[in-house]
Amino acid sequence: MNTNQHDDVIEVTDLRRVYGGDGRDFEAVRGVTFSVGRGELFALLGTNGAGKTSTVELIEGLAPPAGGRVRVLGHDPYMDRAAVRPRIGVMLQEGGFPSELTVAETTRMWAACTSGARPPEQALDRVGLAHRSDVRVKQLSGGEKRRLDLALAILGGPEVLFLDEPTTGLDVEGRRSTWELVRELRDAGTTVLLTTHYLEEAEVLANRLAILHEGRIAAIGTPAEVTASQPSHVSFELPDGYFPGDLPPLPELGVRSHETAGRMIRLRTDELQRTATALLVWAERARVELRGLDVRPASLEEAFLRIAREAAANGVNGPRTAEGATATATATATATQEKSAADVRMRTTGNDRNSTAADARKRGRSA
Amino acid sequence: MSGTAVTTGAGTARTTAAGRTRALARAELTLLGRTKATLAAAVFVPLAMPFMLRSTVDQMNLKGTGLTVGSILLPSSIGFSLLFAVYSSLVSVYAARREELVLKRLRTGELRDVEILAGAALPSVAIGLAQCLVLTVAYRVTLGIGAPKEPQLVVLGLLLALITWPALAAVTASFSKSVEGAQVAATPLTLVSLVGSGTFIPLETLPDGMASFCELLPLTPVITLIRGGWTGHLSAHDTAGALFTAVAWTVIAVFAVRRWFRWEPRR
Repeated sequence: MNTNQHDDVIEVTDLRRVYGGDGRDFEAVRGVTFSVGRGELFALLGTNGAGKTSTVELIEGLAPPAGGRVRVLGHDPYMDRAAVRPRIGVMLQEGGFPSELTVAETTRMWAACTSGARPPEQALDRVGLAHRSDVRVKQLSGGEKRRLDLALAILGGPEVLFLDEPTTGLDVEGRRSTWELVRELRDAGTTVLLTTHYLEEAEVLANRLAILHEGRIAAIGTPAEVTASQPSHVSFELPDGYFPGDLPPLPELGVRSHETAGRMIRLRTDELQRTATALLVWAERARVELRGLDVRPASLEEAFLRIAREAAANGVNGPRTAEGATATATATATATQEKSAADVRMRTTGNDRNSTAADARKRGRSA
Repeated sequence: MSGTAVTTGAGTARTTAAGRTRALARAELTLLGRTKATLAAAVFVPLAMPFMLRSTVDQMNLKGTGLTVGSILLPSSIGFSLLFAVYSSLVSVYAARREELVLKRLRTGELRDVEILAGAALPSVAIGLAQCLVLTVAYRVTLGIGAPKEPQLVVLGLLLALITWPALAAVTASFSKSVEGAQVAATPLTLVSLVGSGTFIPLETLPDGMASFCELLPLTPVITLIRGGWTGHLSAHDTAGALFTAVAWTVIAVFAVRRWFRWEPRR
């Protein structure tokens, strides 16, 4: 998808952002590199404080980067604002509308400031806010404000759309309809850069995604690629009188590691079908009932949690505060339990731009 | 979704600087109408101040100064408009829009920075100008003040002031963390201008050293130019001095905005 260099609508190279002054600078973005092809939907995932918004704001051209390079549609979005802005749409993480204006007044104002804007009523209708036209912004619910923000972001039919946590505060139905709309836009050729902390959102919408952790990319690829590097799970309860030693030799089942908690056993495997089949055949032959049997393929959530844990355990950035140190200690204990934790390596797209994550981990391990 | 929406603005209008600024100004005017406290302060304070000043001026001995009650009151009244209708209310507006993240949001769009600041300032500037007009007519009717002898000085002074004072308001707003704080931040310059720029107390009555300091305040050259424009008694030397000070303040204020204006709340 991303083979043709000229098709990259967003190019980010070794991006850095530093907040501060006052002698206590904080580097929120620490060398982020990725690109988004035309018509692609790219999701930036990460915990709070991972640097998602800081990264996106640089790409939107709201601030100059402390280091590295950004190109949007071939232009520097900060220096060459006039060339980029008419072709992009931005939805910030927080609204930013005067609370005393009505929905219609807000939309009308924004339309007059947007090249090629569609009629305001039509835009509001598209996000299901037409019936709220005469309501003041301060009286909207959180979800309605998000939808108003979305309506304004797509008002001019942008080539590139930036969505910073577009469904935060939305109920399930609102979230689904936003996904539907975003999918329509993507299918019509709009390039979308999305940040979210809902993993499902990225799984459903994204062509490719990156997981950010403490200002660096920890994993990047298609959702399938990022997930594929994670183990699947089989968990079950052994009946009284049986012990883990009674099971067939686990490595031969393709099991990578296991955990026991009382009678509950949880197996991690790269070969879900083989493990599950062997286990069930054994149970059938031994006439054992496996209660609470749960067979679960690898998920993005698993990958996400693993990355957060691993990065903390490996001390990628070193503990910064007492609080951080505690978190690291806890995570280390967990990681020791999972003997294979250190062997887990995110599969990257093979693009050498993605070396950042591996490098970070190597650095962390040697430290 | 139709295919036309994908290609931006194919056949549809590109926005213009004037159009964008006008749209923002219109929204700001609506907002001003809904913020009763700010509106009341902006509209009524400058209209009420001249009545307070009137009794003081009546007691002055104006013989030999070449001044009349009208030519003292009018420039002072215009000064009040600049201070209350323009400066003070704009400090609130800029701070409020910043704290509500409106400025940040506007900056994601096609509006340029100067358009955002100008669009937000336009309604207040318009109110200030309208007040000047109303007061001029009122003084003409009640005090029989004539037309300005050198109108170009009046226009020049006003023009520079209408760039300088919104810019000073923007800078002042940057030194506050909230809308309430913004009003506090606006107080020092307002007070210093009221006392030191010849609105209440003619500079001629101050000690020399004090007077020459007061001549350097941002509002002083505006008052001097407008008064001199009306009476025609301002010497070439004084005109040049006032013009220079006024231009200097415009340059300083614009530079300060570019350097220090904050578009987002402090993190």
